[in-house]
Amino acid sequence: MPELAADSMLRDAATVVGKDLRLEWRSRVTLSQILPFALLVLILFAFALDPDRRILEEATPGLFWLAVLFSMLLAIQRAYAVETADGVIDALRLSDLDPAGIFLGKAAGIGLHLLVLEVALFAGVTVLYGATPRGYLLLVATMLLATAGLAAAGSLYGVLAAGLRVRDTLLPILMLPVVAPVLIAGTEAFSAAYAESSGDGWKWCGLLAAFSVLYLAIGIFAFEPLLEES
Amino acid sequence: MDSVVRFRAAVCLLGRFPALAGVDLDVAAGEIVLLQGPNGAGKTTLLRACAGLVPITEGDADVLGVDLRADRRPVRPLVGLLGHQAGLYDDLTVAENVRFWSKAGRSQRSDADAALARLGLDGRLAEVPVAKLSAGQRRRTALAILVARRPRLWLLDEPHAALDQGGRDLVDGLMADAVAAGATVVFASHELDRAEAVAHRSVTVAGGTVSGLLPAPLAEVPVA
Repeated sequence: MPELAADSMLRDAATVVGKDLRLEWRSRVTLSQILPFALLVLILFAFALDPDRRILEEATPGLFWLAVLFSMLLAIQRAYAVETADGVIDALRLSDLDPAGIFLGKAAGIGLHLLVLEVALFAGVTVLYGATPRGYLLLVATMLLATAGLAAAGSLYGVLAAGLRVRDTLLPILMLPVVAPVLIAGTEAFSAAYAESSGDGWKWCGLLAAFSVLYLAIGIFAFEPLLEES
Repeated sequence: MDSVVRFRAAVCLLGRFPALAGVDLDVAAGEIVLLQGPNGAGKTTLLRACAGLVPITEGDADVLGVDLRADRRPVRPLVGLLGHQAGLYDDLTVAENVRFWSKAGRSQRSDADAALARLGLDGRLAEVPVAKLSAGQRRRTALAILVARRPRLWLLDEPHAALDQGGRDLVDGLMADAVAAGATVVFASHELDRAEAVAHRSVTVAGGTVSGLLPAPLAEVPVA
């Protein structure tokens, strides 16, 4: 890709993510609605699995990533609800913004929101489930790589569903099977990070990295036709 | 005079419905052309087709030198479309919306600020979230974005709708200014008295075709 095209793509991505962060600053949807939802999911897991902390502690990695996936669906729906309201999607098509830049900007915005949610959820499982990690580096790497993959896939499937009247109910059906590898790899890597030894945790991080790269690449090339169809 | 819009037997299908059923239309550079016709006649689809937002499936369609049958995307940055919807982010302020869309159209911040002033949105209103605006104020904000982007072809769908008397006069002035600056304007309107006063000529859209070319210009067409 020519350097100028890449520069333009990154500049447009920065424009879009800046706008999305400003929208969140004004509306506080993530902080006032999605974050409480994520913490509520953690509390409901605790109710469902008995307040026996041993079970919760053992199940912490899986419950953490399930809560992230459920919250991710809301974050993606919000990210694309603002683009489909009031004819904004037509304005995006008519703009000079590079579609790949729009994709990266939307993915970056979703990713930043997810990171905030994950930090809050981490504090939640630490307090509610009594889980204490031993491998912090592995934990942080898992969060960053999984977030990149979820944000990229979310941005792609978000625009795919954006133009449909049934988008709110269709998105979970489309997304959850696709991100199952992130749930599995994230859970395994987190299990290693919470165990005495990191073990195979880094191998699972490799899978997360591959997933992220794959969906970022697909998004950069496929976002434009999907935007056309939405 | 250069042709800005040239449609020949252009067909546009929305699903299976032929929203445009063989349109022939020529618009020369520097013209202000009024599209008139009943609801559902195809005026909005014709404007969206000119903007490259809906595909032409048969016939020929050329806008600003771009063959829309071959690839309609290159024409989009060259046109400005004011549709029924304003295309604004409700949670951003008026100024933030205008600046964002100006930046997305490769315009400078100074263009955005000048457009805000031109539309009378540079005062207290600039910092008001769009969600709190009246319909007329939203329309002004959408027009400010168009002004800031300085498109070569203005496509306006009911531009006077929701505006007060001052706003309607402002729209007429914007169209005249755009043409004076070298742009071309095609607009649809049901307010024929006002629209015919500002248009150089009028065409009638009915049943997805342009059926009534009025030969006599309604106003003097400027020499390009």
